[in-house]
Amino acid sequence: MDSIFTEQPGGVVGKPIIRVDGRDKVTGRAKYSAEFPLPGLTYAVIVTSPIAKGKIQSIDSAAAMREPGVLTVLTHQNLPPLATTPNTPEGKKKIGAPMGFLPLTSDEIFYAAQPVAVVVADTLEHAQHAATLVRVAYQSGGKPIAYYTDPKAELFDPQKVQDGKQEGHTKRGTPEESFASAPIQLVATYHHPVHNHNPMEPGSTTAQWTAPDRLTVYESTQGVFRTQSSLKAMLGLPADNIRVITKYLGGGFGCKGSTWPHTILTIQAAKAVGRPVKLMLTRPQMFTSMGHREDQEQTVKLGATAEGKITSIIHTKKSTTSPWDNYAESNSKILDMLYATPNFEASYEMARANVMTSTFMRAPGEAPGSFALECSMDDLAYRVGVDPVQIRLLNHSDYDYSTGQQWSSKSLKQCYARGAELFGWSRRNPKAGQTREGRYLVGMGMATASYPVHNSQGTARARLYADGHAVVQAGATDLGTGTYTVMTQVAADSLGLPLEKVRFELGDTQLPNAPNSGGSVAAGTVSSSVFLACQDVWDKLIKMAVADRKSPLHGADPAEVGVEKGRLFLKNKPKKGESYAEVLHRADMPDIEGMAQGKYGAGNENPQGAKNADPSKKDEAGGHSMHSFGAHFCQVHVDSELGVVRVTKWVSVMGAGRVLNSQTARSQILGGAIFGIGSALMEATERDDHFARYTNADLANYHVCVNKDIPDMTVEFVEEHDPYINAMGVKGIGEIGIVGVAAAVANAVYHATGKRVRDLPLTPDKVLMNGLPS
Amino acid sequence: MNNFAYTQAASTKEATTAKQADKAAAFIGGGTTLIDIMKSNIEQHSLLIDINRLALTGINDTAEGLRIGTLEHMSTVGEHPQVVQNYPAISESLLLSASPQLRNMATMGGNLLQKTRCGYYRDVAFPCNKRVPGSGCPAQTGDNRTLAIFGTSPSCIATNASDLAVALVALDARLTLENAKGQSRTLPLTEFYKLPGSTPNIETHLQPDELITAITVPAAGHARRSHYLKVRDRASYAYALVSAAVGLDVQGGLIRSARVALGGVGTVPWRVPAVEKYLVGKPATEDTFRAAAALAVRDAAPREQNKFKVELAQRTLVRAFLELPTA
Ligand SMILES: Cc1cc2nc3c(=O)[nH]c(=O)nc-3n(C[C@H](O)[C@H](O)[C@H](O)COP(=O)(O)OP(=O)(O)OC[C@H]3O[C@@H](n4cnc5c(N)ncnc54)[C@H](O)[C@@H]3O)c2cc1C
Ligand code: SF4
Repeated sequence: MDSIFTEQPGGVVGKPIIRVDGRDKVTGRAKYSAEFPLPGLTYAVIVTSPIAKGKIQSIDSAAAMREPGVLTVLTHQNLPPLATTPNTPEGKKKIGAPMGFLPLTSDEIFYAAQPVAVVVADTLEHAQHAATLVRVAYQSGGKPIAYYTDPKAELFDPQKVQDGKQEGHTKRGTPEESFASAPIQLVATYHHPVHNHNPMEPGSTTAQWTAPDRLTVYESTQGVFRTQSSLKAMLGLPADNIRVITKYLGGGFGCKGSTWPHTILTIQAAKAVGRPVKLMLTRPQMFTSMGHREDQEQTVKLGATAEGKITSIIHTKKSTTSPWDNYAESNSKILDMLYATPNFEASYEMARANVMTSTFMRAPGEAPGSFALECSMDDLAYRVGVDPVQIRLLNHSDYDYSTGQQWSSKSLKQCYARGAELFGWSRRNPKAGQTREGRYLVGMGMATASYPVHNSQGTARARLYADGHAVVQAGATDLGTGTYTVMTQVAADSLGLPLEKVRFELGDTQLPNAPNSGGSVAAGTVSSSVFLACQDVWDKLIKMAVADRKSPLHGADPAEVGVEKGRLFLKNKPKKGESYAEVLHRADMPDIEGMAQGKYGAGNENPQGAKNADPSKKDEAGGHSMHSFGAHFCQVHVDSELGVVRVTKWVSVMGAGRVLNSQTARSQILGGAIFGIGSALMEATERDDHFARYTNADLANYHVCVNKDIPDMTVEFVEEHDPYINAMGVKGIGEIGIVGVAAAVANAVYHATGKRVRDLPLTPDKVLMNGLPS
Repeated sequence: MNNFAYTQAASTKEATTAKQADKAAAFIGGGTTLIDIMKSNIEQHSLLIDINRLALTGINDTAEGLRIGTLEHMSTVGEHPQVVQNYPAISESLLLSASPQLRNMATMGGNLLQKTRCGYYRDVAFPCNKRVPGSGCPAQTGDNRTLAIFGTSPSCIATNASDLAVALVALDARLTLENAKGQSRTLPLTEFYKLPGSTPNIETHLQPDELITAITVPAAGHARRSHYLKVRDRASYAYALVSAAVGLDVQGGLIRSARVALGGVGTVPWRVPAVEKYLVGKPATEDTFRAAAALAVRDAAPREQNKFKVELAQRTLVRAFLELPTA
């Protein structure tokens, strides 16, 4: 059968199908990881350190242990031993741990709110109360370091960033010389605060040892297999002995993409008490348990010709990292590839501080990187005196300058054009600070969005029953974004069945191996493997039919047999054929199973497997560079006296390959853009300078957008066919929605006020004190 | 959270007597502040005395003024037609507070006794003079963007977070308090709150056995023509960076009486009598309002991160005056 999906007549792929799990969610039948009422379940509560630097002198658990219902208090003195901890570089690598330190393995305190004890009791209330009775004496280690800006912090060149996964130095051409000789030279510095992912569902783990060496974990994870692999290393058990289940996830945004300390601590607690243990992090603990987006400063030097063509970009970033790891989002990637930039250089510096390790958060690197680049592009447009869309068209890259490769597909020009039209961009006054509506300064801004297609692969299984229903499985995760729904759609069309006859199952390591839902790879990878597994079903059925004397297709060339709506037929004599059910009945088979691997992204680019690009030969322009692209258009009202900014109009247009479900896809872009508007206007975790501890670790003071902050938003996708990317032609859309958003808002604010704020978020104090036109 | 006992009081007397008998007891109204504070281990109470069954309800608007029972909910008062009509600043201050769910739970008395949102106060890992007297005030040189610029002391700069209280102090509200002896007294709200001084842990002049039973507000021209304006980081569900409650009685273009208070900037709801005095007899013009606003911030003592409040407070005040309906 074809290994590239084609639209089925009357099919459901692409249609705005409402969520197949919607009813279960609103009726409470959908079970999240903290909602499995196992017999004998007990509850864990984590006790955390008030100080950010020092040593535990002593822990007195006696009072806590005396409380009714308390089963154990785990500390660094009695944590059941692990086969591997992340405390050494080798251990960390083996585990795939996000942080090179596991709390409760040492008496040292490295960061504020570091776990120091785990209390387990028969009820949550007993555990919570007992947790307040654990007496921990600390020896202060002096004033902690809170930020890379601390006078005592030492900036260093990490050589590699993103925990060793990305080069810390990039250089193409002659960036310094080209900048020095450029007729236009722009230099600007941007600041980005700490952000926390704060998904609605806090991190939670329910751990059950079903035998001394067999474990089941209900875990809020973006990937059951990655969790299994981390646990395998830490526990020293075979993977088969560890079952990880995630039926539903209440959002992740990256913080559930790795196995963080609370998970293994819960598992060890279950080991210690010999009963299943459940732990749900509290909201304040969510700020210090599953990573964050690091505070950072970026400087962009942009050289251009007098007409506005970029000749050089030099990007540097400074940020804060933990005592153990060199984590920094790799912002420079998007600056390297977004425009036709002949000369480019990027480097990073970081300093160790008393904080936990930061981690990937929705569009890691691309989100803050695009803020800096797209504000600088706006500066360039004003400097040259051309429209911001025009300046981007002028610098449009027809191939990927960072790799020399051709794009697998790119619809950015269409996105600009359609976005401008939907938005009414032509109404924009080219001059900043000139448009007023009553007491408001009106501003319009835009920015480019892009997100790479990361390579990935995964497997799916399809079982088609003779009675006309099917069960399709992949151990993928639905973050709440609609994976259940879109995979059901893909399977229904691939099997020629109505939607309600297909059940899609995910979130279990007993299902076929699927990748982490992260880096926007899930939809493309899982849909491709689902489609190919269904094709495998047909391949097997066709083989059976042509070998079966009783079949009207007996003796035919399998390549000449087609399938439509469950009927196998000869392509050149469509009347000759039979239903798949008849093939199964004759063979006395109630069902038939197909299985396949779907591949995604660079290096996997020809889904038919003919020619793979060699990633080591990028410079020879082998293969394709694969990205989604899009454009955001934003209108703001800035209160001319008070400096309050409100977004009043929004348009996003994206080119992201095939859209599997127009409704859930639109929701993904809406969610990304709203996330971005929050980062533009209000989101910031405040870390106290002296204590290196957060002062707003709750949702009353850590602001994310509420309904009233968000106007009616328009999202559209341009039609895009990408023949290289995967069997479904799907690019990811989980992250691109946020890329460029903060810049679009900041550019609109600049257009309204004529004053630029480069320090996120753009709260009224900054906009006001930066100056408003009188 | 500590273990505690719970009792439902059947009468005011029973409630106040129970409170007098147990120094660590607390009244509970809607519980939207108290339960948070207890869960965060900021306060430990041995006994919660539920006052929700008491007959302390009712919203009565007469020629003399408005009387609101302490147990009325923020939403009910905020939406009450006569409050909307005759005391618009009170209605607005309530409806711009918190969220609908919270407003449906929260009581008037509880609102006036809500706790500051100072991040150091809210996390027991930090020192904080208000929570642990003598432990220090990291906010002075720390995260103080949202904290006070008026009424501060070296001991504490925490903002009083109530929106309602700002409107009420502006409009001369009085509290009715009842104690365990069954005696009742009334007190202007301006005299109810205490500046932090060296004892920021003591926030009001409420006696341990006293219960707030009602709030009264005199009827007045400046109350009918009053307005509450709130400036904040997000469009809803956020505390004020700066707010202003203003009321003007203007006749023939001249101001006959004025009421002015600022929120989000004071350690107590910040009424500015000097500004009120200044306004009387002046023409109700933008120039007058600007001069009044400058006067209002004369005593401001900002810290590093909240200097902007000096500017923002003036602008907010001018805007609030300008938004008053023209008589
Ligand atoms: C997320 C969030 C956002 C908020 N946003 C805002 C906002 O924007 N603006 C704003 O103004 N408020 C805001 N609030 C605060 C909210 O308005 C208060 O929590 C609420 O008004 C308290 O009322 P309550 O009845 O629930 O008080 P409770 O929690 O029951 O009591 C609070 C305190 O008052 C005492 N008490 C209660 N009633 C009496 C009485 N009759 N006599 C004596 N003592 C009494 C209690 O013992 C306790 O100490 C917010 C709260 C939250 C949680
Ligand atoms: S300002 Fe007041 S509440 Fe805040 S830390 Fe200082 S003493 Fe505590």
